Amino acid sequence: MEATTYSSSELMCINAARLLRDGDVVFVGVGLPNLACNLARRTHAPNLQMIYEAGVIGARPSRLPLSIGDPTLVSGASSVCSMYDIFSFYLQRGNVDVGFLGGAQIDRFGNINATVIGNYASPKVRLPGSGGSQEIAAWANRCYIISPHQKRRFPERVDFTTSAGFLHGRVEREASGVRGKGPLVVVTHLGLMEPDENGELTLTALHPGCTEEQVRENTGWPVRVAPQLRRTEPIEEKDLQLLREELDPQRIYLKDGG
Amino acid sequence: MSKLCSLKEAVAGYVHDGDLLYCAGFTHLIPFAAGHEIIRQGRRNLTLARATPDLIYDQMVAAGCAKKLIFSYIGNPGVGSLRIVRSELEAGRLEWEEYSHFGMISRLQAGAAGLPFIPMNQTAAPDLEANNPNIRRVKDPYTGQEVVTVPPLHPDVAIIHVQRADNNGNSQIWGILGEQKEVAFASKKVIITAEEIVEESVIRSDPNRTLIPDLIVSAVCCVPHCAHPSYTQGYYDRDNMFYLNWDKITESHEATQAWLQEWVYGVKDSDEYWQKLGSETHERLKVEPAFASPVNYGKY
Repeated sequence: MEATTYSSSELMCINAARLLRDGDVVFVGVGLPNLACNLARRTHAPNLQMIYEAGVIGARPSRLPLSIGDPTLVSGASSVCSMYDIFSFYLQRGNVDVGFLGGAQIDRFGNINATVIGNYASPKVRLPGSGGSQEIAAWANRCYIISPHQKRRFPERVDFTTSAGFLHGRVEREASGVRGKGPLVVVTHLGLMEPDENGELTLTALHPGCTEEQVRENTGWPVRVAPQLRRTEPIEEKDLQLLREELDPQRIYLKDGG
Repeated sequence: MSKLCSLKEAVAGYVHDGDLLYCAGFTHLIPFAAGHEIIRQGRRNLTLARATPDLIYDQMVAAGCAKKLIFSYIGNPGVGSLRIVRSELEAGRLEWEEYSHFGMISRLQAGAAGLPFIPMNQTAAPDLEANNPNIRRVKDPYTGQEVVTVPPLHPDVAIIHVQRADNNGNSQIWGILGEQKEVAFASKKVIITAEEIVEESVIRSDPNRTLIPDLIVSAVCCVPHCAHPSYTQGYYDRDNMFYLNWDKITESHEATQAWLQEWVYGVKDSDEYWQKLGSETHERLKVEPAFASPVNYGKY
């Protein structure tokens, strides 16, 4: 039998989809999170509810949305509301189970920078900024981060905290009183990192064929390895087929060098 | 009283140098034609507010209309960065004021509701708050816990694109609602651009769909295809290809200025712009109709 081959994006997308439970209410972003949610809904989580920050609830996109406000999100959705309503009645009120996040930098304690590299007042590289992520990271019950595993993306400390992970440690987040539990899993193309009791991201699983050494080389702090390091389940052909043939046939989000 | 006028007249009458302007619409219904008219009329020193500045403000910044930006996400949605805005910010040539989406729309909500400020729950993310003196904290008088506050935003003028409006400005929107209603009520003057101007009886047949009432509207303009390359739900699709192309065009200053020359200064209005796009683009952006089931309001 031929070995299954897949890109890094496909690997991350399928592993992100596995984190979703049937019946979850998910605040969806464009790109890989959108694909992961649609994949989960078409496989193990048929009752997944997709909410988009543009103010769409129960979306059933029939094509791949390039933007977060694509008209396909509205057609066939169960409800549409204003942005103020989606952020207050849905997210702030506690009606969102899962939020997906990404960013230019993710640090040792799961804090995310999507704002600036260098100094805020005189930016070296100006990034897009928070959008909805500051509140999603705080108020969604569970957060998942998807990011390629590269040293520059995983520094010891972010230049700017756009969205709170565990700040300098779990007690600090808990003392702030925010309702969400914070980032529970970081999905990279090498494996999974999860916060330990202190909120520090540690390597808890490797994807098939990936090594601890690769993770160490590509992480900006001396990353710890969980005592029970797992292997993620192999990628199944049927998931790849759904992604490639139905969810992203033009490979807008799935193509990469991996 | 009819407030119907041309977009040219509305911009000349209501948008002034130095104004705080909010062109509404979250991805949907972005009034590009109005942005282009403002560029053609040479407005300067505008403060441009939008949750997502999008291509419309990238173009207005490129044309030299802006002195300051108020925003919560400066990306080209689904593509990457807004190159013009980004390079102006990095070069220190453009002032800015930044919020999260919720902070930004809370400012509009406070403005629309006539409140002195609006509270939000804490997010534990300290840095934006530390860098923007408008984001503050007060003690909740009931629990003693701290909440985060933002002040109201009151744009001098809002431009809001809608599917249909009557002569007086009663405006109906469906699809993504974004921050349209909040912007309209928060602003001092409101310009409506509509795909279609309809009889008042059409509006009155479905009052639940009216988002913006005539009493806060200053001018109504019939501007079909106003939102291109954004979209109008049910009328035409988002021109994703243009959003991708803009990323290429703005790689060079010359190409950006040449684009403005050809597509903004070089056309007289949005009709000419739409015709210039050509039949292939028109065909590509066409949408099949999908009607909602009618509702019965009853005769009383």
